[in-house]
Amino acid sequence: MKEEGKRRIWSDYQKEIADDHFFYVRSCIRQSFFPGSETFFLNFMRNVLGKDVYENPSHTTCTGIGYHSDIVPLATIMTVVARHFALMKEAGYKNIAISCVTSFGIYTEILETWKHFPEELEKTREYLFKATGREFDIPENMAHTSDIIYKFRNEIAEKGKYRLINRLTGEPLNVVEHIGCHYAKMFPKSGVGGAEFPNVLAGMIDSWGGKVVDYPERRHCCGFGFRQYLVQANRGYSVSNTSKKFASMKPYKPDFILTNCPGCTMFMDKWQYTMKEMNGEVFGDNGESIPVLTYEELAGLVMGYNPWDLGIQYHMVQSEPLLRKLGIEYDPDDKFRTKDGRQMPVPENLINA
Amino acid sequence: MLSMDRNIVVIGGGTAGMEAAGQLSKEGFKVTLVEKESDTGGHLRNWYHLFPDRRDSVEVMNYLKTRIVHDNITLMTGTTIESFEKRDDSFALKTTSGGELIADAVVVTTGFDLFRCEKKEEYGYGIYDNVITSADLEKMFRKGEVKRSDGVIPEKIGLVHCVGSRDEKSGNRYCSKLCCVTAVKQAIELKEMLPAAKVFCFYMDIRMGGALYEEMYREAQEGFGVNFIRGKVSEVSENIDNKLVAKVEDTLLGRPMKIELDMMILMAGMEMSAEGRRIALSSGLKTGENRFFSPADHHFGSNMGNVGGVFYAGTCTAPMNITDTISHARAVVSDVVDYLKTM
Repeated sequence: MKEEGKRRIWSDYQKEIADDHFFYVRSCIRQSFFPGSETFFLNFMRNVLGKDVYENPSHTTCTGIGYHSDIVPLATIMTVVARHFALMKEAGYKNIAISCVTSFGIYTEILETWKHFPEELEKTREYLFKATGREFDIPENMAHTSDIIYKFRNEIAEKGKYRLINRLTGEPLNVVEHIGCHYAKMFPKSGVGGAEFPNVLAGMIDSWGGKVVDYPERRHCCGFGFRQYLVQANRGYSVSNTSKKFASMKPYKPDFILTNCPGCTMFMDKWQYTMKEMNGEVFGDNGESIPVLTYEELAGLVMGYNPWDLGIQYHMVQSEPLLRKLGIEYDPDDKFRTKDGRQMPVPENLINA
Repeated sequence: MLSMDRNIVVIGGGTAGMEAAGQLSKEGFKVTLVEKESDTGGHLRNWYHLFPDRRDSVEVMNYLKTRIVHDNITLMTGTTIESFEKRDDSFALKTTSGGELIADAVVVTTGFDLFRCEKKEEYGYGIYDNVITSADLEKMFRKGEVKRSDGVIPEKIGLVHCVGSRDEKSGNRYCSKLCCVTAVKQAIELKEMLPAAKVFCFYMDIRMGGALYEEMYREAQEGFGVNFIRGKVSEVSENIDNKLVAKVEDTLLGRPMKIELDMMILMAGMEMSAEGRRIALSSGLKTGENRFFSPADHHFGSNMGNVGGVFYAGTCTAPMNITDTISHARAVVSDVVDYLKTM
């Protein structure tokens, strides 16, 4: 495999990512499933890099899951997104930073729609004004928050306490990177590195010392696929997609999986539990399952944050084997303790615990 | 009365340019044949056997070389025409080195470029070691050995038709016409060289429009056991054993399939050459939707363009094979003569 071939493709897909003054829009589900991720992002951007990141409590869901389930019509979701742009305009921001890949795909799709069908943009302006009296501008810069962490990956490497090196062997960790389909597959130009050989996560892994695993089903869906899961009768499709993907990566003995999409992180994490329960299959080395991390969680670990403050204990697949490889110290007794020392209930059936 | 003391510049020393220059010089005109490379021959230099009769390309090359050995021909290799303009009844052509040529007529034979297969990112050309192009395979044939990058003889080989042709995503809606027959020819040659290898052709439609092409297609199936699978390859990757894994839909079976291959060959389509595009832009020559030079009339004026005194021959107007290119190059002489009679 020729790495220079990948670099040539990456050079064709360099998107402009704003440097400062972001209007931040959260994900619906990330705060529940990966509760430390968005907190890390805000803390890192504001307190470590000194950037201006603004949040508006009136921001709502983008309704993307409803849209992809045929519940929310296109005109409605365009108006909801237009309202977010109106909030941004009112707050005086021009750069939008989107935490969720589904939302990022929705925003990208809508901006492309407005570009090709300006009459839809005019209709949306009218709908929003009639409903709320608000007006909006198109963002000058739109980035997914993984783009922003990618932009500052070298700063993280410089400030970092740990490298993605196995302390036991001295070898780089094998990392599977998985991009959410809606990040770049619909519009390759919207993603760092395009859709076929995306660099947004690979660039972080490279900067932080790990080795990217290129396996045959690298581009395959994580298994979420909206209707594959949301329609209960289709859930067999969902888990079979995940199973295919994990069987393909297994020979490479990945130390962990890095994702940039809420759905992907959730499904690649939780379906490992399901597959283990269904047929006893595990896909990591030494009979362990493979931890799945968000890019904020990984950046936090590299920076030396307390793993429990990053919330990685709330995944189904626990990360202790990875923490040991990285040489990160942790107190197992603090794992499910609140900051003021109260013991929380300990989840059952956690994997790798 | 047509004066023979006329200068004609032929831009491009590939098959069409060499044949046109030879024919014009035979008619008594003074011809300057301008070639940007250090030698004439164009793409033919890189090809091994030609279809349909598997003639060695060297034979055709030798024929063309003899055509341009003539007192009336001045050959300028390593020279690029930057632009030209019409001044009254003649043309002034500027070379990139600052020189100027004066001509009574110009014949453009700038040919084609092969589609850059790395643009089809999903096939991994330039990334996966054993994904190569039809042109790369011709070089291997010429060397007399077909091997993977690790030196191992391939046992399963896939040929992908229509790479950069009939493909809106790559901006080329047209058919390159020759990729199907190239795939069939190369599949047969692979089976001859490596009889134990399994060879698969992945195609959308098989377009065998030339003389004896259909017969080659039958021979590939019946005589050589080449497998033809109707479906487009959607993506290629590499597994831990360094083998290629191709995903393709078999549209006749109506099923997706995944196939492990030792080597994959991409049938690169034909595009208007960069040289042709530059000259079209700088000299006001019209191009069509397919970006090749646009002929004045598809039936009666395929060698003529939008500027009187400027003529086209060969693959700068559309994909065509060597036979048609030579015929087209001979036909351009007739139009040049007619034009010069009016001057």
